[in-house]
Amino acid sequence: MDLTPIWLTLKLAGITTLLLLVIALPVAGWLSKGRSVFKIIIEALITMPLVLPPSVLGFYLLLAFSPQHGAGKWLQQVFNIQFVFSFQGLVLASIIYSMPFMIGPIKSALQQLPISLSQASYMLGKTKRQTFLHVLLPNIKPSLLTAVVLTFAHTLGEFGVVLMIGGNIPNVTRVASIAVYDAVEQMDYSAANTYSFILFSITFVLVIGVFIFNKYKAKSPLE
Amino acid sequence: MIVANIEKQLKTYKGQQVLKVACEFPVGSITKVYGPSGSGKTTFLKIIAGFIKPEKGSIIFNHTTWLDTSVKINLPTQTRQVGFVFQDYALFPNMTVNEHLEYATNDKPWINLLLEIGKLQNFIFNKPEYLSGGQQQRLAILRALAVKPKLLLMDEPFSALDPEMKKALICELSALFKELGTTVFIVTHNPDELVGIADHELSIL
Repeated sequence: MDLTPIWLTLKLAGITTLLLLVIALPVAGWLSKGRSVFKIIIEALITMPLVLPPSVLGFYLLLAFSPQHGAGKWLQQVFNIQFVFSFQGLVLASIIYSMPFMIGPIKSALQQLPISLSQASYMLGKTKRQTFLHVLLPNIKPSLLTAVVLTFAHTLGEFGVVLMIGGNIPNVTRVASIAVYDAVEQMDYSAANTYSFILFSITFVLVIGVFIFNKYKAKSPLE
Repeated sequence: MIVANIEKQLKTYKGQQVLKVACEFPVGSITKVYGPSGSGKTTFLKIIAGFIKPEKGSIIFNHTTWLDTSVKINLPTQTRQVGFVFQDYALFPNMTVNEHLEYATNDKPWINLLLEIGKLQNFIFNKPEYLSGGQQQRLAILRALAVKPKLLLMDEPFSALDPEMKKALICELSALFKELGTTVFIVTHNPDELVGIADHELSIL
């Protein structure tokens, strides 16, 4: 039994979650303040992966980063980076695909905090950054945890977008969801069952963990 | 001297309303701000603190211009060195009493003195959710004082205190304000509670 697809999936989900957390914190902080048309457009773009078929997103990413032309060619020539059919391509696609799962809960939680909390911190002479780190973030812990776990779990389950940009290269882009599909194609139901059961168990434990942690701290476990 | 001359559009349940305030008070004075609900007392304090920007106006504190809309000067709250006691207290749910004060200042003896004035020495490890309404209000006052503000803005600061605690705290605070030379604006619904402490009045109608 080849467990590489499981490790690859966990590695992809871990890296994606970590990078998305770094990206999402300032973006969610920015989006939570004010409602300009520009912000609405950016938020709509971030939300698109929720409603867009993953294959469509994967197709556009494939076009955008194809080494034959455009940005893909430039990245290949200047930095020797290839996003198509590579692990870094999977990371990029996962970041875009899971972005609404990380940014949404953090942004909503920040918007629900009373504005007087930030004002009180400014009154004490603290900068926006200090206020964000010491006052706002610690008070949205349940939502932060929800966002991290949802992103991780969602990345574990990616299929369409990952298949489009990464293909099915063993040890490189063949993640667990693709291994399940591949095993079924080859009528190897035992392998498909093992991969599926492991994925199910991991995501179930993660989600139940969040529900238990948020049981008292949030009004809704998915808050 | 603090000189404020401001004009701000307010959206109230009665529709659009204009808050117009022109006042001048000496440094070190304690001013009672009163007026009916919805007249803009809290907005006035927030404009002075720099949380809200008025459409027109200027604020000069001790020869320093904090705000002048005609020349686009608007100093951020952080540089105005004001203390603000919020009507909803705005305490940080993640911090204990001690952490609130340590977040504001590193001056340990000053923190200890404040805890003594607010009678909160026995609650330093409590987070706001484990404090009574009166204790929370006292913590909000102590936190605002922790930065030794030049100007202290208090929005209904004694509403949750019992009469005995209120009397004792007002007495201690007025002595402290004199010692620090703090200029104070106190918004109140009950003008009688500030008899003997406030030396000026500002009516916002």
